[in-house]
Amino acid sequence: MLDLSTGRHPAAREPAGARRAPRRKPGARRAARARWAGWLFVVPALGMYGLFVLRPLALTIQYSLYQWDGIGPSTWTGLGNYATVFSDPALLAIIGNAFKLIVAFSVVPVLLGLAVAVVIRRISASRLALTARTVLFLPQVIPLVAAGIAWSWLLSSTGVANQFLSAIGLGGITRAWLGDFSTALPAVGLIGAWVLVGLCTVLLMSGMTKIDPSLYEAARIDGAGLWREFTAVTLPSIRQEIAVCVTVTVIAALASFDIVYISTQGGPGEATMVPGLEIYELAFSHRQVGLASALAVVLIVLVLACVLPIQRLARKGAQ
Amino acid sequence: MSVQVRASRRRGGALAVAMLGLLAAATACSAPGSPQAQGTAGASAAPATSTASATSAAAACGTAPVTMDAYIETGFQVPNSLMAEFTKQYPNVKWNIRQDQFAVITQNAPRVLASDPPDIMRLPSISDLVKDGLLKNLDGYATAYGWDKWPSSELVQLRLGPGGRPRGEGSLYAMGLNYSMTGVFYNKKLAARIGMTSAPATLAELDQDLAKAKQAGITPIVQFNGGATGGFAFPLQDLMAAYGPPCPINDWIFNKPGATINTPANLQAAQHLAQWIKAGYFEADANAMDYPTMISRFTHNSGLFTFDGDWESGNFDKLMPGQAGFFLMPPAQAGGPHAAMSAPLTYGIAAKAKHADCAAFFLNWVATNPVARTIDVQVGGSHPLGASGASMPAIKAGTVTAQTLAAGSVIGKENGSMDFIANATGAIYASAWTPELQKLFAGKETPSGLLSTVQADYKQELGG
Repeated sequence: MLDLSTGRHPAAREPAGARRAPRRKPGARRAARARWAGWLFVVPALGMYGLFVLRPLALTIQYSLYQWDGIGPSTWTGLGNYATVFSDPALLAIIGNAFKLIVAFSVVPVLLGLAVAVVIRRISASRLALTARTVLFLPQVIPLVAAGIAWSWLLSSTGVANQFLSAIGLGGITRAWLGDFSTALPAVGLIGAWVLVGLCTVLLMSGMTKIDPSLYEAARIDGAGLWREFTAVTLPSIRQEIAVCVTVTVIAALASFDIVYISTQGGPGEATMVPGLEIYELAFSHRQVGLASALAVVLIVLVLACVLPIQRLARKGAQ
Repeated sequence: MSVQVRASRRRGGALAVAMLGLLAAATACSAPGSPQAQGTAGASAAPATSTASATSAAAACGTAPVTMDAYIETGFQVPNSLMAEFTKQYPNVKWNIRQDQFAVITQNAPRVLASDPPDIMRLPSISDLVKDGLLKNLDGYATAYGWDKWPSSELVQLRLGPGGRPRGEGSLYAMGLNYSMTGVFYNKKLAARIGMTSAPATLAELDQDLAKAKQAGITPIVQFNGGATGGFAFPLQDLMAAYGPPCPINDWIFNKPGATINTPANLQAAQHLAQWIKAGYFEADANAMDYPTMISRFTHNSGLFTFDGDWESGNFDKLMPGQAGFFLMPPAQAGGPHAAMSAPLTYGIAAKAKHADCAAFFLNWVATNPVARTIDVQVGGSHPLGASGASMPAIKAGTVTAQTLAAGSVIGKENGSMDFIANATGAIYASAWTPELQKLFAGKETPSGLLSTVQADYKQELGG
């Protein structure tokens, strides 16, 4: 299939997401040579991308159509594995857990990040702002595995969280937060929120620094209060950054693995099992590579289905 | 703007087609599953008779320098000590040792055995590995070295039928460095506080001790049940053995046709465990407790009993000398037979191992050399394999190691050895036992629900 707009073969075009260069007139030999030279620069990256992203993706799709233990012979099952993913209540519950995590991984960090960014921006000159920024961003620097271990200590039955609760007279509600069916998933969510709030804050603050101060001035002259300033100037100006935050955090929620693996391993029962961990378990413990691949493909589609509308909304708003 | 949108849609469509083309190109090959692996399935089905008569070190390991590839489990000193001693006795043999946690080995085993075959390797559940032809058939070595003359119960768990099923009969596909056994450890200091002067002889006596401990404000049982490894499987299986004979449990673990875990005796056992849970005999955070935490709490006098195996004996003797005691799970009826989970510390030889003969010689040396047997007991705390009359290293009296070794001979005499219910299939521990036992502890599952769910999962995994 040829792309009618340029007459070029669709495979021979810029990588996704790259901005198009302004069109040149056809026939200009030097321009054509320059274009090919450009491709030479892209080839190494494209090769790596093909080898380490596209090829595994293709293999995952292929595996998802088979019943296979990873070593021995495989049996073609068509869409049988997908039927299992959509009919097995346990697997559906696991996908449901990922969506519940969006609240903690995405909604909380973005809202909190927004609030913190506004406050820090107002006190940006003080040393406190720098300290707050550093402290909030620190979780991004710490490896998630270390964070998971530290949190599992904090939330254990004898951990700091329970010591604090006992000290303020709330000893009655202390428990092993990560080992209790009703609190394990929210506790995992708390760890995720702690990790991501710093990222959101820094992203949103960088967006706010780009806002022309005269806009605020104009708003103030028009008699806008703090809230009006926020909704009329700040929020519309950082729409793109919010979209990035939401995208990154929604992906972190749906594709979560490390925090859950370290803190609960999906337990107790299947209370904190998420698709990422289940794919790993299915493939490497249960040796059901086909079903694991099918769940992985479903997860990719789910992530895209959640993220693409966010991108579209942000773009529409910007225009 | 509408033109832009249309153009971008067209671009998106073209890109999608290009991606599909790439995907198609990448997958335009045969079905997954390497023909090599399938080929070896046939190859390894034949017993390793080629050089099985090489029973001397010179014939098996040669006299020229040789480096053996070993893949062992982190955290257990026994294999390292044995390999170091082996090199001392046979200096031409050096070891290239790779270590991983057991969970990692479990997940890596098929791929490592297929693509980077070690000469000797710590093995998880072996049925699937045999099915894929990844392990060397050891029948030839067993005949040459006389392993087939050892008590059959020592290696029965490592025998498999053609294609990996059923277990418990057929050819030998792995060996043990020693075999371990489980039961109940108790804290002597806390036992004295509740007036427990001797080990309980019946289940009812154990129940009384538990109740007394609870009344005295002592945690009756410290048992892990968190993460992906539900440690309540230990007391549950012990209770199963108290209520019924071990044979049907073994049949189930060995995947014999028609076997079920959902039997009346096992239901009584699960109900008994549920009573213990209801009575508050376990710590409230059991569902969040991992294995190291359990060991730490038990050695710090936090609880009276813990259900565990003799691999901890050496550790307890070191960390709480003279303070730990051990007894086999008492039967429900006075004078009834004892049973215990007992399994070899499984090591195997890759089907494509370069130095299979030397590896087999090493495994035989571990079971027969007096120094190796001493290492097995003193470092590992477990019983060495070997002929029934083989010499036993001297052990200090009064240690918990001495108690566990003595208990081992009781199990041998009463034929009460069982494999672990977690080993019935490759995934049943993580996918059924652990979540179900965690739910049972949280009051979200009934004893009969637990057994029927596990049985359903078992049938599904075995493909019927």
